[in-house]
Amino acid sequence: MAGVPLEYEKEVRVPLSSDIDLVTARREGRMMAEQLGFSASEATLVATAISELARNIVNYARNGEIHVSLVNNGDKRGISVVARDHGPGIADIKLAMQAGYSTSGGLGLGLPGVRRIMDEFDIASERGRGTTVTVTKWKRR
Amino acid sequence: MAVPILKQSKYLIATIQSVLTDADLIQLRDALVDRVGKFRSLGVIVDVTSLDVLDSFASRTLRDLAYMIRLRGAQTVIVGIQPEVAFAMVQLGLTLEDVATALDLEEGLAYLDKQTRHGRRAP
Repeated sequence: MAGVPLEYEKEVRVPLSSDIDLVTARREGRMMAEQLGFSASEATLVATAISELARNIVNYARNGEIHVSLVNNGDKRGISVVARDHGPGIADIKLAMQAGYSTSGGLGLGLPGVRRIMDEFDIASERGRGTTVTVTKWKRR
Repeated sequence: MAVPILKQSKYLIATIQSVLTDADLIQLRDALVDRVGKFRSLGVIVDVTSLDVLDSFASRTLRDLAYMIRLRGAQTVIVGIQPEVAFAMVQLGLTLEDVATALDLEEGLAYLDKQTRHGRRAP
């Protein structure tokens, strides 16, 4: 995350417990991105990132939440997404961040892909306590 | 919301709606694999025009769908991937590999007609 504290303007919280909630989380993220004046491509990147993060939660932790907010940093404006769960945690974050690594039979593109399409990426995880992923996309000026 | 599947002569056409859950997509895959046999269809078109996100799960499931349909002896073409969705897929590193794609339904039908010209099933 950026060093300067972010000023929170507006936020939406989407609880996650099934794949239907992914649809809601994607829609909220897209709506907020459009509200901020993101291009259709950028809004789609935000919605796609939310989809990947929310699916990780539903698949691995069963329950959690996605928190989407508009953020400021100086004259920059953007969207911050926090994906939080109290699931099993990630044993080896370095390994999970490698493209091609997956414990679910997927392609293992989830987390590294999200890091690539967002401007800022932060992950904190503790075994048995849960995982929090925070990503931000700044509006291109 | 289940995806409606339309039978049009020797093809099946599935039009995905915007509100698509993972379960809906899996159900669509299984329904198409089943109906290709029931209707002896030569081709399948999956129209994703109204889909605003195609993430890693959706890409993988569409690819699986196309491979399963091919194993059943028919062809699949994915139509209507929107420009922003294509952009996001490339940025994420997602691919449909060798699954056929076409601009829209019309092009998809033209592709299948060419592929199944002599009433052939998949090579």
